[in-house]
Amino acid sequence: MQNDEIIISATNVDKFFGTFQALTKVNLTVSKGERMVICGPSGSGKSTLIRCLNGLEFHDAGEIIVDGIEVHVGSKELKTLRQEVGMVFQQFNLFPHLTILENLSIGPIRVRGVSKAEAEAQARKYLERVHIPEQADKYPNQLSGGQQQRVAIARSLCMETRIMLFDEPTSALDPEMINEVLDVMVELADSGMTMIVVTHEMGFARKVADTMVFMEEGRIVEVAPPEKFFTAPDSERCKMFLSQILEH
Amino acid sequence: MVHISPLTRFRRSPVTAVGLYLLVVGSIIWAAYTGAQSMGYNWQWYRIPKYFYTLSDDGFQWGEIMIGLVKTLQLSATAFALAVLIGLIVALLRLSGLVVGKAVAVGFLEFVRNIPILVLLYLFYYVLGPIFGLNRYTASILCLGVFHGALISEIFRAGIAAVPVGQWEASKSIGMSTGQAYRYIVLPQSVRFMLPPMTGEVVHLVKSSAIVSVIAVAELTTIGRNIISDTYMSFEIWFTIAAVYLVVTLALSIGVSFVEKKYTVEQ
Repeated sequence: MQNDEIIISATNVDKFFGTFQALTKVNLTVSKGERMVICGPSGSGKSTLIRCLNGLEFHDAGEIIVDGIEVHVGSKELKTLRQEVGMVFQQFNLFPHLTILENLSIGPIRVRGVSKAEAEAQARKYLERVHIPEQADKYPNQLSGGQQQRVAIARSLCMETRIMLFDEPTSALDPEMINEVLDVMVELADSGMTMIVVTHEMGFARKVADTMVFMEEGRIVEVAPPEKFFTAPDSERCKMFLSQILEH
Repeated sequence: MVHISPLTRFRRSPVTAVGLYLLVVGSIIWAAYTGAQSMGYNWQWYRIPKYFYTLSDDGFQWGEIMIGLVKTLQLSATAFALAVLIGLIVALLRLSGLVVGKAVAVGFLEFVRNIPILVLLYLFYYVLGPIFGLNRYTASILCLGVFHGALISEIFRAGIAAVPVGQWEASKSIGMSTGQAYRYIVLPQSVRFMLPPMTGEVVHLVKSSAIVSVIAVAELTTIGRNIISDTYMSFEIWFTIAAVYLVVTLALSIGVSFVEKKYTVEQ
């Protein structure tokens, strides 16, 4: 799926929370259509990194360019950027006061100025795609976690995003619901979407990833294609991490 | 099964509760009545109804108390609308993250909260009044609006802060501006948190509107004073005025709790 056109580039990115350095000299490039999986121990800066890519956090040094837009505080193009870059959160963050259909259509209606009828038709199309068309008129708290997360994916798709960021999308789910969400993500990967996924689901990573990234203590330690990553990673820390999570 | 002693059972029974309540209310009324009796007070309750309404050859007419009540309600409603507007602006300034906005909001809040409402009313009527040509009614509305606006801004602030930060992030990540996130996502959700304290504030406002009687705005309390200066029935009139306030504020509380229930069911 992947071609050589670079859609995301981060150069020497530093990020501080107070005096704590969350990211240190991070360099990363993502090509159009590339599926990247980022893993690493908790607190290693994985979430911070992807949150910097759509301006939910702002980096303190270095440069991040996403789809030709430079991400920085107060950028006038942030709104444009966020329409290009969808984000799926660990805690779903659906809007509890709106129905599922409204959750999906409010972005297109209010942000992209699409008509209500068109937005709802599109919302139903994407609900179909995440396999829950029958839930359109319910409220989020009436759905299971797995269904809510699929709605959240559909909400991002409704914005016609070109890049999707996933921040531990299955970590808050009951085990029996993880697969229904991963299945949708695999289908999405097959459709050619550029995806960056922070996850510990290594089965999923093996199946879809073009590139594996291992982070530790705010640094990128290893970047490799999955064949190499899972069998012969260069760094010792990465080997140890993999042996810990793959043993079970 | 837990053993409950007869004494505890007696204390917890609803019959006992109602009995105690009647006993307390009864003693208060009895104390007031005998007190008034012993000072030779001449009760004239029969003269009260005409202050509510009269039925004569000219037909039905509202009495002075009802006219005063309408004025109080008008005053309260206008002042409340103003207070909500001021409260929202102050809360948004405070949450804006702008240093100047925050300073203005906090300065306003501390100023208004820390001077007596009576002094604030004098400021509006005797100081700003002549400068800007405000009449008593406008000065009263501004005073009540500003005073309660400060209190309401804190209700807004708490209500907005109670919405999880993930809702902001989700709004931003689908490209919404801060204004859109407030309007479509955050404020509708914070209504649920704001309704109960807001009811308290409306009741508080209706009650504190009585203060404008000191600058002779013709509302309920002023009317009461006027009737007393004509008739000397201070006991009957003040009891009556208190009861009218009580009816209004209770009706408001019950009304809002009804709305609140409906709202939570819909959620």
